Amino acid sequence: MPGEAMQPNETQRQIRDAARAFARRVIAPNAAAWDRDEAAPRTVLREMAAAGLMGVMVSPEYGGAGADFVAYALALEEISAADGGLSNMMAANNSPVAAAIQQHGTPEQKSDYLTRLTSGEWFGCIHLTEPHTGSDAAAIRTRARRVEGGWRLDGHKAFITGGATAELAMIVAVTDPAAGKKGISTFVTPTANPGYKVIARERKLGHRTNDTVQVVFEDMFVPDGDLLGDVGRGLAIALANLSAGRIGVAAQAVGGARAALEAAHAYAGERETFGRPIIEHQAVAFKLAAMATEIEAARQLYLHAAGLRDAGEEAATEASMAKLFASEMAERVASEAIQIHGGAGYLNDFPVEKIYRDVRVYQIYEGTSEVQKIMIARNLDAIVAGN
Amino acid sequence: MKILVPVKRVVDYNVKIRVKADQTGVDLNNVKMSMNPFDEIAVEEALRMKEAGSADEVVAVSIGVQQCQETIRTALAMGADRGILVKTDAELEPLHVAKILKAVIDEENPELVILGKQAIDDDCNQTGQMLAALLGRPQGTFASKLELVDGKLNVTREVDAGLQTITIDMPAIVTTDLRLNEPRYASLPNIMKAKKKPIIENTPEDMGIDIAPRLSVLKVEEPPKREAGIKVETVGDLVDKLRNEAGVI
Ligand SMILES: Cc1cc2nc3c(=O)[nH]c(=O)nc-3n(C[C@H](O)[C@H](O)[C@H](O)COP(=O)(O)OP(=O)(O)OC[C@H]3O[C@@H](n4cnc5c(N)ncnc54)[C@H](O)[C@@H]3O)c2cc1C
Repeated sequence: MPGEAMQPNETQRQIRDAARAFARRVIAPNAAAWDRDEAAPRTVLREMAAAGLMGVMVSPEYGGAGADFVAYALALEEISAADGGLSNMMAANNSPVAAAIQQHGTPEQKSDYLTRLTSGEWFGCIHLTEPHTGSDAAAIRTRARRVEGGWRLDGHKAFITGGATAELAMIVAVTDPAAGKKGISTFVTPTANPGYKVIARERKLGHRTNDTVQVVFEDMFVPDGDLLGDVGRGLAIALANLSAGRIGVAAQAVGGARAALEAAHAYAGERETFGRPIIEHQAVAFKLAAMATEIEAARQLYLHAAGLRDAGEEAATEASMAKLFASEMAERVASEAIQIHGGAGYLNDFPVEKIYRDVRVYQIYEGTSEVQKIMIARNLDAIVAGN
Repeated sequence: MKILVPVKRVVDYNVKIRVKADQTGVDLNNVKMSMNPFDEIAVEEALRMKEAGSADEVVAVSIGVQQCQETIRTALAMGADRGILVKTDAELEPLHVAKILKAVIDEENPELVILGKQAIDDDCNQTGQMLAALLGRPQGTFASKLELVDGKLNVTREVDAGLQTITIDMPAIVTTDLRLNEPRYASLPNIMKAKKKPIIENTPEDMGIDIAPRLSVLKVEEPPKREAGIKVETVGDLVDKLRNEAGVI
């Protein structure tokens, strides 16, 4: 892709437009109410699946759309522009969970679990973070012990997006404490298991339309068939999709920022002070111009990284840069959008306060801003040398 | 039964349009284009008839620049079976479109043609009627309900006085009104599948159709800015303003 304009092709644009039409019709009109209720109906996830949003990159053989990564990121931006919380449910189900099963799953896991995830019959969540560790993923303690016919899991997971909603859990656990990073494995297993216990539902700043929960596994039996990929390759499997996840977060951030810009632009055309619409005060118009520019810069960063992934490259540095810039940009843009609304921006009656709350988390999950900087800093030699 | 659905590429309904500085038309630079919303309703209706078993093929046709192919692909992604692109860079008038459609219909022989009642760009509301006249076929315009009964078509029409239901013989021409249905959005898997559906290309010249302009646009202007409303104190004030300022009574 380098050298080519970072513009979506016809199919990618059609997918973006379809996601936008869906988001405008099904999500946007209800997002404020679902935010207040701190829940979106389960049926919305099924409708998203029926629209093809829950298995965007999964092969058609397993009910997916078989689209590329750029198309997926564009669709995610659209859902996020309507509601951040639901965009994160979409992200969890698509990548890592469905993507990891597509890449590493057995034929049985694909025809059973993957097909249920794309059809919307099931929703899939990812269990990596624990109460004592997030950024340092290799420090997890959830233990999987070998038993006859499978494994027994014990542990405590935290911050699990959709962990109470989900029918399928992708769980990262330690299978050999002596082996360090190579002693971690990944499982995909139904949450109907009696050993899977949701112990707390968090109350949070934003993303209130989804559930973020703590889960404990109590002597939970997981059969051999639910091991994903090879024993000891768990961290590699979970982290292989990390760049993808980061590009996804960048797309979510652009979506939120764009929604803030749209609201601020509309408001600035209507609100009058000193005898004219405030957009005719240059200070306000300049804010909007700067916001639009930042959003476009962030979008180009994520499209570039996504395009590299479609071309078969890891794009780790590009993904970190896109995530770092887009997530911090989104907070700035949402804040400016509130400023343009004046006092109204602080009220629930206008969409921007929700957007401001929703975008904050993009600087935290899938690697904090600090972690992104660590990743970029590690590659400075290559970056400075011009690759 | 085969259904033909013409689909037009227009400025997206969400775009706030701007008139070009030289007043020759609307600025189309960097503007998002989409399928005319009334045509989406037409595609949806055709697909519903197919799903109900009363049609077996839905063909989408678009006339205009190369990018109209994207509009056809949207129809294919919704579920249409194949597409026809009649390619031209010329400015088209309703009569040109009707003549080109007639030529397509002579070739394809659809029993039903469903068009949008108008396109949201020029709002002409002429093509369907002209097409019916050129073909000498019955027309049911402004349809808000369609029912196929014993080989005839019951069309409920939205007219000024309310709803009018007529029965017309097939083959027929129908134009859609807003309330006919709520069109589906294409699902992502169907967008991917639509890439493999065939679109054939043609040109007005190949079809022997004269598209020389018969109309000329003199000037395009922004509508006058709407003044803010006021509150009147008494009925007397209201009557006075209606009579002396608005001049409506
Ligand atoms: C809404 C939400 C949804 C989430 N969903 C999921 C999910 O579905 N599944 C899942 O597994 N997890 C999920 N997470 C967890 C998320 O990935 C972690 O919160 C994130 O990785 C940060 O980990 P932590 O919270 O433990 O912070 P810590 O790792 O404790 O970090 C605390 C602070 O220290 C900084 N820091 C840490 N290490 C360094 C260092 N080496 N150098 C400099 N600074 C450092 C961090 O940047 C941060 O500012 C979610 C979190 C939230 C808030």
